[in-house]
Amino acid sequence: MDNFLNLDIKTVHESLVNGQTTVVELTQKALEFIHSRDEELNAFISIDDEGALKRAEELDAAGIQEDNLLYGIPMAHKDNIVTKGLKTTSASHILENFVPVYNATVVEKLNEAGVVVIGKTNLDEFAMGGSTETSFFGQTKNAWDATKVPGGSSGGSAASVASGEVLFALGSDTGGSIRQPAAYNGIVGLKPTYGRVSRWGLMAFSSSLDQIGPLTRTVRDNALVLNAIAGYDDHDATSSQKEVPDFTAKLGQDIKGLRVAVPKEYFSEGVNEEVAEAVRAGITKLEELGAIVDEVSIPHTKYGIAAYYILASSEASSNLQRYDGVRYGLSERSGDTLEDMYVNTKTEGFGPEVKRRIMLGTFALSAGFYDAYFKKAAQVRTKLIQDFENIFKDHDVIVGPTAPTVAFGLGEEDDDPKTMYMNDMLTIPVNLVGLPGLSINAGFNSENMPIGMQIIGNKFDEQTVYQVAYAFERATKLYEKIPGGDK
Amino acid sequence: MGNFLTTIGLEIHVEMKTNSKLLSPSPVNFGDSPNANTNVIDWGYPGVLPRVNKGAIEFGMKAALALNAEITRDIRWDRKNYIYPDNPKSYQTTQQATPLGQHGYVEFEMEDGTTKRVGIRELHVEEDAGKNTHGGDGYSYVDLNRQGTPLLEIVTEPDIESPEVASAFLEKLRQIIQFTGISDVKMQEGSLRVDANISLRPAGSDEFGTRVEMKNLNSFSYLRTALAYEQKRQSQEIIAGNQIQQQTRRYDEPTKSTILMRTKEQADDYRYFPEPDLPPMHIDQTWVDEVAATLPESADSRLKRYVGEFELGAKEAGVLVQTLEMANFYDATVAAGADAKKAANYLIGDVNSYLNDTQKDLQDTLLTPENLAGMINLIEDGTISSKQAKKVFEAITEGKEPKAYVEENGLVQESRVEVLQPVIASIVDANEQSVADFKAGKDRAVGFLVGQIMKQTHGNANPNVVNQILLDELNSR
Repeated sequence: MDNFLNLDIKTVHESLVNGQTTVVELTQKALEFIHSRDEELNAFISIDDEGALKRAEELDAAGIQEDNLLYGIPMAHKDNIVTKGLKTTSASHILENFVPVYNATVVEKLNEAGVVVIGKTNLDEFAMGGSTETSFFGQTKNAWDATKVPGGSSGGSAASVASGEVLFALGSDTGGSIRQPAAYNGIVGLKPTYGRVSRWGLMAFSSSLDQIGPLTRTVRDNALVLNAIAGYDDHDATSSQKEVPDFTAKLGQDIKGLRVAVPKEYFSEGVNEEVAEAVRAGITKLEELGAIVDEVSIPHTKYGIAAYYILASSEASSNLQRYDGVRYGLSERSGDTLEDMYVNTKTEGFGPEVKRRIMLGTFALSAGFYDAYFKKAAQVRTKLIQDFENIFKDHDVIVGPTAPTVAFGLGEEDDDPKTMYMNDMLTIPVNLVGLPGLSINAGFNSENMPIGMQIIGNKFDEQTVYQVAYAFERATKLYEKIPGGDK
Repeated sequence: MGNFLTTIGLEIHVEMKTNSKLLSPSPVNFGDSPNANTNVIDWGYPGVLPRVNKGAIEFGMKAALALNAEITRDIRWDRKNYIYPDNPKSYQTTQQATPLGQHGYVEFEMEDGTTKRVGIRELHVEEDAGKNTHGGDGYSYVDLNRQGTPLLEIVTEPDIESPEVASAFLEKLRQIIQFTGISDVKMQEGSLRVDANISLRPAGSDEFGTRVEMKNLNSFSYLRTALAYEQKRQSQEIIAGNQIQQQTRRYDEPTKSTILMRTKEQADDYRYFPEPDLPPMHIDQTWVDEVAATLPESADSRLKRYVGEFELGAKEAGVLVQTLEMANFYDATVAAGADAKKAANYLIGDVNSYLNDTQKDLQDTLLTPENLAGMINLIEDGTISSKQAKKVFEAITEGKEPKAYVEENGLVQESRVEVLQPVIASIVDANEQSVADFKAGKDRAVGFLVGQIMKQTHGNANPNVVNQILLDELNSR
């Protein structure tokens, strides 16, 4: 084994249990592969060779836990999830050398499960972007084509999993930041229901939308990781007290009679022809498997992007004020006054996209504009919630494309933030409403780039989302095709 | 104020003494070393999230109930955005849109006996900021111990017509809040802070004048002086034909005047919006009832009870309800079996002078209601004399148990006739002149003889018994 392409958690776990390999060996090989592969890919901001090997030795010494599938599995965290003692940057100059003093809840939970944290993956600065191009630490490439973007903001996490560097990675999703890069890299990415996973330790972008979730090669792996990270957390008042079911429980159950809603707005003119075709084929596949498909309408979809960019930017403008050079991070102290320190630190520390959103959000919240912008956007959100509630009255899942296009070329959309924002059109409503949404590979376009299909579930019904995704995955076995050729 | 009517409204901040902070588990404690009582939440670290201390909500509910306010049943939190080093998140978590309490009022009596009523527009719970200090070394220092301490902000209606009424209102408010037990409400320690706004209008006009805000009026006298100064300044401006500018001023003690801080144009835009990290909360009737049941008896109710049940004078009763500690101490002393009037006298007299002499608060002394009641009962049953009580009082300020102290130090009062009779007889024998004076109707002679007897008995003789024996003795001569 050189890398984790064509492997899944269960297979690797079995080789650990039957002694074919050790955690140290797995970790060493992963690190070796990452160091060579990442020269081009640049999926990682930090690679923790020393910490990972030390951890691997401890895990070997403690003995493989036969009924704990995540034990000894190498993985990576998106670099906006704080890791105690391991640099966490949010891909920003302002936190270039920031070493947290505490662990995010998801990090604690996975550590308890016995994973090996290999390192921290690249992202758009503060998770603001859809291409990982706004990172202070350089561009991550698509695992399938190095001239293409990996998507974003969890581009590093998606590329690292798709390229076989790690078995799974965590990402965060505010408007599509797990699902869109998963789609662009042909893997499985889930944004759980808002409140399903604790946000304690996730550097906030937009608090009412942010959610941490897993990026994996297979549906089963995804459900296994969600099992480990889900649940109420006393540190996060917005985390849900709802009981956490076994997310693998419905895997393998047939989908006969399941009601699938297909919103016509998700195939509107902005959606690329090849993408629409592949996803329609995917929906036909679901029908063949016994699902009942209806076309529906989500009338307020068209207002989603505008509402999102106002709400998310407003919250971000407040969340990001704390990077003021006083207590941690970059502190630009060459000026004479306190005001100079604030201005110089932020001018120097934040990149253009972050500045753009801070300004947008500050404007939207300003006296005299609040009603026209923030309040209106909140009303749109309520309308969208009603739209989705109506659909879930008589449907189990909603299916459509994850993104309007496949991965675009590096630098292609640099100059036009609006086009970039349009990429989130199909993922954003899920965040605004707080639903679980999963992206799974539905095929490839003529240039051999993966196309993502999105499966959206009702609140706290990740089980059914996984059930449908798993049925599709077993029927298509698209995961067998890997970057660099068929194996 | 001549031909002008004054309109004053107050904005009061009360620091609540919960065990932990409003949004983090750090302890709330005054006077610890800088940043000792902080954690990642108080530092505004990346990734941290707030967690509401329900105790702070309950304290706020107590205040709302005590101020006759309606409790808002569905509350949410808002962010007030501003950037300053003592404000690590760069926003303050507050209740802008849904204040915990609304439409309350305070009634109180002025010195001339007139009754006033001031409306409470709203009260809400929010976080306090940290503290910046500017060192002599050219650096500024930030102490985040106070950061996140729960504050109660109380906003009055513009119902106050003079500096005197403002001061009397604040006294009453301080008492009401203190008797809920949620705060020490000490202006000198900053647990009670007041801002005021004031405007003037010509008598007969219905329209309010332009208001001026005044910050950091750190004592009752500053409040009165600043308001009076501002009344005068504004009336002079108006008489001179000038427009009053909407502005914020601060009181300057050395010059006893107010100084411009900022004009309306310089006012901050706080960009309030709903706090996304905290879900809205619902307060149901059960919760309100539970909190109401824990609310201590108010000062007004105690005063009524002291006058009605204990037959104290209104003035004495008033002294006892000046602080919650005193009133609680008094009630406990009576509950421990002391005579209500005697207990009141001791607290108003000896205990208050002791507190004045030692500059201590009652709760910081070793005095206990049980020991004070014990001492009063020893006097009542004749075990000790009131003179001996002086020594016993000293002992109970040192935390000693009065009965044990009296026994250990042989302070038991001598009431036995067979012991006192010979002593008195011998003193009368030795003072023939006094006997003659007594016979001549000079009562002073009795006092002199009692003094001699008390001296002889080291003050241990029971004065009542002495008097009786002495008079019998004198009359028999």
